[in-house]
Amino acid sequence: MDKVNIARQFIQAIPHARDLGLELITLEDGVSVISMPYDEKLVGNPATGVIHGGAVSALMDTCSGAAVMCHPTGPAGTATIDLRIDYMRSAKPGDTITATATCYHMTRSVAFVRVTAVDSDTDNPVATATGAFTVEGGQ
Amino acid sequence: MKQQKRKRGSVQEEQALRHRWDVSLNALATSVPYIAYLGIDFDRRGDELTAILPFQEKLIGNPFLPAIHGGVTAAFLEVTAVMTLSRHYLWERLESGELDLDRLDQGEVPRLPKTIDFTVDYLRSGLPRDAYARARISRAGRRYASVHVEAWQDDHTRLFAQATGHFLMPQKRD
Repeated sequence: MDKVNIARQFIQAIPHARDLGLELITLEDGVSVISMPYDEKLVGNPATGVIHGGAVSALMDTCSGAAVMCHPTGPAGTATIDLRIDYMRSAKPGDTITATATCYHMTRSVAFVRVTAVDSDTDNPVATATGAFTVEGGQ
Repeated sequence: MKQQKRKRGSVQEEQALRHRWDVSLNALATSVPYIAYLGIDFDRRGDELTAILPFQEKLIGNPFLPAIHGGVTAAFLEVTAVMTLSRHYLWERLESGELDLDRLDQGEVPRLPKTIDFTVDYLRSGLPRDAYARARISRAGRRYASVHVEAWQDDHTRLFAQATGHFLMPQKRD
């Protein structure tokens, strides 16, 4: 199976990721890029149309897990241990939000991930997060 | 312009105000599309607010266990923290005469605390059933607030997630 199909199936297998309309762009060597299209149902402030921070968290959590799964050591599964999210600014209403996660260190039991989310202004992150993830067997 | 502190009414008026306050705050929460999308509901007893996340298929993050998506858990905790902090903040504004319930009921969205950072600990996987959360305001300052929030499912003593967040309080515009 080619990489594009593996990527598509990864998202399709997660009901919540599918429901958010997440699109997997890159999944290679511990780096994952996933985008989330703007959707009115994800709005957190009806007065401004800005996406809720929680939806951005869900995107970053999914992206981080994907980065762990595609690490060269090939873990069989992963779960979030903790995730610290910093919200820098509101995402521009109407913009797709894209998260890039890097699994920068991996032990037998724990994977460490950094993730950044941007809108169309790619130089100024909307949010960043760092997380620790479990590493389930299969090496 | 300096606002007048709210005058206390009769026993009946105070009780009626509290009922109306609850209805107004619930309307404010349900007007947020993302809160409605997740299906979060709120239950209030005195000053204690419990948020409820009814289980739905679309909230699943791991279909093999199955388990609630970690992002959903984070969002549920954050919504609970912001809602608890907002109620506290808006009630103070109501008491000081700065918040007009008529304008709130007409759909005017007041300025609310903004999340600066949010740290979630995942203690066990979220099972495919209803979840509950309550937040405690550790410190509510003029500019910053710190809130701790806990979530559980069947057994309150077995938390499945907890979080701490820092929030920027709305500032007066001069």
